[in-house]
Amino acid sequence: MITSQQPSIPVRVAGIDQVTPSVKTFTLEHAEGITLPCFSGGSHVVVTMKDAQGQVCHRNPYSLTSPPDDGRCYRISVRRDDAGRGGSLFMHERLGEGDLLEISAPVNLFPLNVLARRHVLIAGGIGITPFLAQMHELRQRGVPYELHYQFRDDDGAPYRDAIAAREPTATFYESDRGEYLDPLAILRDQPLGTHVYVCGPAGLIERVSDAAAQLGWPARHVHAEAFTAPPVGEPFTVVCNRSEREIEVPGTASVLEALEGAGLEPPCSCRGGACGECETRVLEGDIEHYDHFLSDDVKAANSRMMICVSRARSQRVVLDL
Amino acid sequence: MQAETTVAEPNVKPVETFRDDFTYSNSPEAIRRFPFPFPEDSYMYSVNIEPHNGGPPGSAYAPAFDIDEHYLSEIEERRRVLEEDPSRCTVLPHMMTAQWDTLELLMESLSTDYPQHFTLTRDGDRWTWENRLLGIRDTFTFGDPETLPREPFEYITRQVQGDFTLHDQRDDMLYMDGGMLTCQADWSLQFDLGMNFHEWHGPVPRAHEMGIFDRALKYLLNLQVGHPVRRLNWTMTVNPRMDTSPENYHKWGIDRARVTPENVGDKAHLRVELQALYRLPRSNAVLFSIRCYLISVNELATIPKWAKRFHRVLKTLPDDLADYKGFIDYRPLVVDYLSQFDDGEELTPGAAPG
Repeated sequence: MITSQQPSIPVRVAGIDQVTPSVKTFTLEHAEGITLPCFSGGSHVVVTMKDAQGQVCHRNPYSLTSPPDDGRCYRISVRRDDAGRGGSLFMHERLGEGDLLEISAPVNLFPLNVLARRHVLIAGGIGITPFLAQMHELRQRGVPYELHYQFRDDDGAPYRDAIAAREPTATFYESDRGEYLDPLAILRDQPLGTHVYVCGPAGLIERVSDAAAQLGWPARHVHAEAFTAPPVGEPFTVVCNRSEREIEVPGTASVLEALEGAGLEPPCSCRGGACGECETRVLEGDIEHYDHFLSDDVKAANSRMMICVSRARSQRVVLDL
Repeated sequence: MQAETTVAEPNVKPVETFRDDFTYSNSPEAIRRFPFPFPEDSYMYSVNIEPHNGGPPGSAYAPAFDIDEHYLSEIEERRRVLEEDPSRCTVLPHMMTAQWDTLELLMESLSTDYPQHFTLTRDGDRWTWENRLLGIRDTFTFGDPETLPREPFEYITRQVQGDFTLHDQRDDMLYMDGGMLTCQADWSLQFDLGMNFHEWHGPVPRAHEMGIFDRALKYLLNLQVGHPVRRLNWTMTVNPRMDTSPENYHKWGIDRARVTPENVGDKAHLRVELQALYRLPRSNAVLFSIRCYLISVNELATIPKWAKRFHRVLKTLPDDLADYKGFIDYRPLVVDYLSQFDDGEELTPGAAPG
């Protein structure tokens, strides 16, 4: 079976742009100068970062924002998160033009539904990123769509001006000026066959999902980018039942990262609790679930966990690994 | 130049037939590279998926899409099937991007694996495709269906051995939204078109209860661009008939009652499908290739290990699987015939001939 250690794509950082005070955009080209695979709007890649000693220190997923049919380069946008686990700081402070990185092949866990008659895209802050590639695709296909983009202030809104220049259907909401998008108002008059997509803070996703449910939208027409950055938490111990190993999970690393650091290679793909690849049986311990994959029943039973994002509430957890 | 050749040079034969007089046969080289599917003495379902990233030099697993000595025969058989029933190639309208993805993948793979027969020249969107085995040279604009003599999926799959289906991914589900099916093992594209993964696998016994399809679907939903996977499937067919479709059941169904102890070695064929799954880049669809290989029991018996193993597999196969695969009625004849080759010797593990 396939594991996390699939061959990756070597890329070179061809350009870095500071698009807002806290967001940088990185242009990546294939390290050997050949074309990169085309992708579909909504795809992400997992970026592998290595420290000065060549050891893997972070692996983070980022949405591709460049035109999907252009294999000359990929672009990703990274918001600096000073309270995060360090991946975004690495990208912001350690990475320079010409540096080499490894990325996974593109994977799409947030695809457009090709049968939709109309697409409503709702972004909050850095959640705009998957929509940049999707809008390119929708323009090319000639399918009707509209964008609603909520952010705190003009200066902090990545790509606000570029979108305003190119997207006549875009509506902007600046919360510092008291502007908030109203999901009920946006969804109420949409024609049958419309799909809504939301990417942003959990609160925004919840408000849009609630509004759609309230208006009787079919759940299959409501799509949320389900990625979660692995949260920071308390340290705990993982006991691997089959390999009889005990591994310490620091507060700033996920179980998956701690296992990889110890030389294990558990299956995984998205590293954001969305794809289901790293589902692992829990033999002992209390789990704090952060994923969007397992059902509520399974979560409550504590029988399985997604080791890329979820953590232990207990000091010790025994996994079937 | 490459230091070593890993893809076999196909020694393409003149056209043989898969119907009427059935002139199809395998050369000794084709027999030795037959993708024999049984690594053990018994068979049961498993999620037997592995990366499709090459294989032993010269084997059917080495190229992305295997071209072998039967190329011209299978292309001609496809042409005849489509002439009688054009609906064997159907793609739903929302799959046009996936059609172009398929054309690109097949052209790139064939021209890389078989540069002596296929050449793809790209000048921006202006592409030129040469297929010297069929005498084809076409220049077209990638993305513009008007510049090709047929829609891109049909255009290219008429030039490649094996069946193909196209699957859209929506709502964490795969849907069969297109295909080219002219050498299928008794299932119908027109019946399955538009079905979801669980629906089109509905008739398969046991596997649902075993949770096989839940696991397989989850796995396939996460399939990555550039990392195709493969598996083998198998059944048996009377006569070397490629087109065992439900549409033509009236032509081949009766063959199963015509197997006798005298003719079973020539008439009964092991039918193996080398199935590969590709994530397509622009459409996020999945391309499923089903490459069919046929070998008569007598041809198979020229490899002593395979004769013994096939004997044991058939003998112990549960009845519901033999029934589902459609050979339960003549299975005893094949088992009896193969028993003459099986001395009970313990066989080496694995499917290799020796």
